[in-house]
Amino acid sequence: MKKQLAEILKIIVIFLFGKFKKFTLRFKKSKSMKDIMMVYYSEAKSARLTRKKVAWITSGGPVEPLIAMDVIPIYPENHGAMIGASKMGAGLCEMAENMGYSSDLCSYARSDIACATVNGGPIGGLPKPDMLVCCNNICGTVLKWYEIQARYFNVPLFVLDTPFCHTGYSDEVARYVRSQINEYISFIERACGRKFDYDRVKKVGHLSFQGQQLWQAVLDTAAHKPAPMSAFDAFYHLALIVTLRGTPEVIDYYTALLAKMKDRIARGIGAVPNEKYRLLWDNIPIWHRTRWLSEKFASHNACLVADTYTTAWCGSMKYIDESNFINSMAEAYTRIYLNIGIDEMAKMVIDMIDKYDVDGFVLHSNRSCKPYSFGQMDIQRIVEKERGIPCLMLEADMVDERTFSESQISTRIDAFMEIIKDRKDTTRK
Amino acid sequence: MEKFTEFKNTAADPYTYCRKYKEETGKKIVGYTCSYTPEEIIYAAGALPFRLFGTDEGIHRADVHLQSYCCSLVRGILEEGLSGRLDFLDGTVFPHTCDSIQRLSDIWRLNVTPQFHIDLVLPVKLNTTSARQYLIDILEKFKKDLERALGVKITDATLSDAIKTYNQIRALMIQLYTLRAQRPEILSGRDFHSIIKAAMIMDRQLLLKTLGEIVEQIQKAPGSKINPGTKKLVLTGSICSHPDIYDIIENAGGVVVWDDLCTGSRYFEGVLDEKAPGLEAIAQRYLDRDICPAKHVGLTDRGESLIQMVRKHHANGVVFMLLKFCDPHAFDYPYIKEMLDRENIPCMLLDMEEQLPSGGQLQTRFETFIQIL
Repeated sequence: MKKQLAEILKIIVIFLFGKFKKFTLRFKKSKSMKDIMMVYYSEAKSARLTRKKVAWITSGGPVEPLIAMDVIPIYPENHGAMIGASKMGAGLCEMAENMGYSSDLCSYARSDIACATVNGGPIGGLPKPDMLVCCNNICGTVLKWYEIQARYFNVPLFVLDTPFCHTGYSDEVARYVRSQINEYISFIERACGRKFDYDRVKKVGHLSFQGQQLWQAVLDTAAHKPAPMSAFDAFYHLALIVTLRGTPEVIDYYTALLAKMKDRIARGIGAVPNEKYRLLWDNIPIWHRTRWLSEKFASHNACLVADTYTTAWCGSMKYIDESNFINSMAEAYTRIYLNIGIDEMAKMVIDMIDKYDVDGFVLHSNRSCKPYSFGQMDIQRIVEKERGIPCLMLEADMVDERTFSESQISTRIDAFMEIIKDRKDTTRK
Repeated sequence: MEKFTEFKNTAADPYTYCRKYKEETGKKIVGYTCSYTPEEIIYAAGALPFRLFGTDEGIHRADVHLQSYCCSLVRGILEEGLSGRLDFLDGTVFPHTCDSIQRLSDIWRLNVTPQFHIDLVLPVKLNTTSARQYLIDILEKFKKDLERALGVKITDATLSDAIKTYNQIRALMIQLYTLRAQRPEILSGRDFHSIIKAAMIMDRQLLLKTLGEIVEQIQKAPGSKINPGTKKLVLTGSICSHPDIYDIIENAGGVVVWDDLCTGSRYFEGVLDEKAPGLEAIAQRYLDRDICPAKHVGLTDRGESLIQMVRKHHANGVVFMLLKFCDPHAFDYPYIKEMLDRENIPCMLLDMEEQLPSGGQLQTRFETFIQIL
């Protein structure tokens, strides 16, 4: 009883804090990422008071229908990134291993599964879900992970099955995914106890599309020399396009960010003070070492100007029909970067190499992410053959820092940068 | 039994068998990777379906394409593909299952030439009407892809024949497994393993004939009931490419009475409806059959089905055979173990790397486990 009361009090405090924060933000000209995320998590954590539903959803999942129905989306993968960035990954992963999960499994999944049982981690655990939405366009791991959470929280699970597109998109796949969008809408209707709002989803779809366009425009600024932002900045600013896609907050935030980047370009300010070498990053960031890596590359006057990871949230815009978002959603969510063959991925990498005019390619071989990492060695060979730029593959893990060796990685980066420098100096001569 | 020689030789050296088969019959051979491959369609196209098992020794070509944290099955299959040892294949089919097989297909398509390559992107969900429809649609597409690749026409009649043949083969496999579970001494686990392996390789008409003869012979053979002291085990996991396991279990006083393996019951369980249209019958079998953990039907289906399996075969315990880096199975292990614990069904976990732990060590582990049963 006492415990329950304390729990309710805690929620009320979080709720009031969120309200207060939101109120004060109205007078702020530009809101910081921290402010926005704080309001977002307070609202999610006090959802019981405001009678809103909470859905856990995968990072590549179709969030727009949820937003149209006032369901608060929560992203366990974003939580995983926070756990990694706050260096709490090792402890939580170990806890999952004690629960019987192999240490070879995805560290986002391991840390989230462990965190759910203790309300630990950097934000004291995630708000409990009323429903789970799992889209397997990013991997098969999310299916297993969400099955585990559906058993643990005993809430309904919707699986949006987006067949893998090895060599293209077939009519069979189009029909299957499109019919699942209807099933998804029925699922939300059941969970919310009311009819789906088709008018509202049009507006949300429009905002989502606009948000993606703005995010792409922000990333595009790094094509300028010197790049006003680096991939490390993109890893930070990414949180909104992932978690609040389809809301006006995203538009405001990225509009302001874009203006800031344009201003930096106008004034010739680079993310790396003395940018001489430009690099492309592949795979999920090594969250527990982003600052260290950023400084390491900067010490060589190298800037990671772009990456395949943050681009993934605006990479399938070409399939979206703004006038019929619900219909085109099926294709846009199926043909994302990780759900296509490695030859098509290599083509996209080469396009980025040309667009951002980079001197080298850094691939994070991520033990936690098999669909992103298997095939990298072939992509590397294709890039070397087509563009002849040096490539560096670093083996690490996005969250679990236990096997990371700073000295070893440092030596490899130094050697790689020597090659880049020699090559660039020779071509200049 | 002399009938076994055929099976044993085929299982021990599948490549020699295939080369000889091709030379003698002039038929095409199609490689495949998992038990979700609609072998019936390949058979109906007049080709020999050949399961790829990989290799566990001397992997170096695959190292250039796959990192160290990829499972030995996928690495082994790629190694064989790159080595040229599979040059007798006319093509390969990759049904979609896990993230690793998914990328194996890409790497294979880009590096192992010049055979034909077909991706069969099955649904991951197997419990909805739209998934069923998609499964039928995609099987239809596969049929067309295969017809084009092999330059043949698959008629309703040939597909119907194939379905009948496979029903007969599977019924015999189940009969054999059941007989063995009742009277383990009539057929060693190692021999049974050879039969299952050979069943995925050899000419299916010959298989049907030989299996029939063996089952008949075994039925007639004198033999007592199972020794009351023998402990009955169920194996669960992805594949078992180590026949030694059966010997070790038998030496430790146990016997495998059933399994939930991709190279076991998942391969031969489930009957095809001979009255339904061919592709629908094939689809329905996948929807009804026990699933691979890379597929989704519900939240506790695999656990429930395993418990039922244990009860049905009066097993004393379960052995989890977890292939290192096999994510779908590793994710399911804790919940299934918990369900078994609740039912007081003892289990042991066997982590399998490319090579098994040394014989003595494994023998002791099994002896200890079997003693507590």
